[in-house]
Amino acid sequence: MNDTILQNELLKIFPELVFEPGTEWLQVTVQSQQWLPLANTLRYKVDMDFDFLFCVTCIDWKTHLAMVYHLRSTTSKLHLVVKATLNPLNPEIDSVTSIWKTADFHEREVYEMFGVNFKGHPDLRLLILPDGWEGRNPLRKDFEDPINMIRL
Amino acid sequence: MFEEIGTTTDGDLIINVGPQHPATHGVLHLVITLNGETIRKVEPHLGYIHRSIEKMCESLTYRQFIYVTSRMDYLSSHINNHACAMCVEKGLQIEVPERAKVIRILLDELTRIASHELWWGAMAMDLGAFTPFFHAFRERESINDIMEETCGARLTMNFIVPGGLMADIHPNFQKRVKDFIRLYKSKFEEYNEMVTGNVIFRNRMEGVGYLSKEDAISFGCTGPTARGSGVSCDVRKWFPYEGYEKITFDEIIETGGDSLARYMVRVREMNQSIRIIEQLIDAIPEGEYQAKTKAVLKLPKGEFYSRVETARGEFGVYIVSEGGTTPYRIKFRSPGFSNLSALDQMARGSKLGDLVAMMGTLDLVIPDIDR
Repeated sequence: MNDTILQNELLKIFPELVFEPGTEWLQVTVQSQQWLPLANTLRYKVDMDFDFLFCVTCIDWKTHLAMVYHLRSTTSKLHLVVKATLNPLNPEIDSVTSIWKTADFHEREVYEMFGVNFKGHPDLRLLILPDGWEGRNPLRKDFEDPINMIRL
Repeated sequence: MFEEIGTTTDGDLIINVGPQHPATHGVLHLVITLNGETIRKVEPHLGYIHRSIEKMCESLTYRQFIYVTSRMDYLSSHINNHACAMCVEKGLQIEVPERAKVIRILLDELTRIASHELWWGAMAMDLGAFTPFFHAFRERESINDIMEETCGARLTMNFIVPGGLMADIHPNFQKRVKDFIRLYKSKFEEYNEMVTGNVIFRNRMEGVGYLSKEDAISFGCTGPTARGSGVSCDVRKWFPYEGYEKITFDEIIETGGDSLARYMVRVREMNQSIRIIEQLIDAIPEGEYQAKTKAVLKLPKGEFYSRVETARGEFGVYIVSEGGTTPYRIKFRSPGFSNLSALDQMARGSKLGDLVAMMGTLDLVIPDIDR
């Protein structure tokens, strides 16, 4: 299995995937409602076996939010970067906690920092921010801290 | 955030450990549900030392943000700086001089030993043995002295910068490192006599905090935590950087999955670091210590990810650049954050007293978790 074979295999199952050329690791953009079936395929399909989700984050592009999932297979050492575009007003995506347990903490962090709602997350509440913080998302670009301690 | 001491509807007791507790080594707050003395659930509450480094970095230039990263995992500050410098170098396609590469590895491995020494002493102290702490600090102190002479700092180094190093090594560097290796080798047996072979210690570690191989992978554990469960995940072996592929050393893997296995991984890893240093200390090539770079660094538009093996596991830097002098978004994948998420799984069903042994062998550094 290499990047080209992986790309073709994935396109057979999910024809509407968009692959980005010329990146260090194979990069794919998925519709947010397709993310959970894709994640299931990546994790459990024989010879894909992406068992290691090492980085989950979100980027605020002002017009939209982009979820970024970095995946790796501990058997084949293949990498895959999956991106999903979300609506900034009502960002929603399926939780993958049931597939990768590490997603629990990472999704909670993205939830409080970007306000993304992870559907199906068993315990979606604040992890780092203090109680009563709900509604303001510090890592969004439009966030203004009234105390402004971090503006340099 | 604070839950009062109380009982659940099942009659289980809820207690708080931390945020100010000597065994948590920093401001980690654990809310523990207990049935008698058996742990039902452990819930970490984070954020007491969260400084929003990721947001700060968005307004810092590529030369400035290195200084903030030393403050994350302060016990492996060289290695954090290294990851960030590598990420910027990847974006700008800077070729780092050979001399700088070798010195970077030497500093990384010295940092790793210093970090493991501190962990070893602190963990023994958690389990009630105070003496090992002083023994560990005796050796760690000489590493700190080497660092002080070369980098001018003892904890937050900021010595590795994009393009190479901040300055050349001190003329005494090689001699002092060799002195340290001699000192370390003469003292290492003490470690095993005092702690590793100690029957009380072994009884408190064996079978405590079991983490299976599948769980270690699923929880995203890296570093000695995962290697104690039999997962091969050393970034230095898997995805070599800065010439680690040319050096002979072993990736330490234990299959026990318990606290003792994680302990053994770290102790044996120190010897491997010494092995790496011995191979390189007389082979530092002559030449420049820094590549020629522009005064203002501008990363091209795109995304860059680089990772290194810190003392705690895989540390990743993900920079999203829009072509300016500051990153558009930066994400630090810290090893402690993922390792901590496995604590609940490890602790369920064990006794409250064993929680300290589990936290000790996870080697938690709270600023690294909170960022």
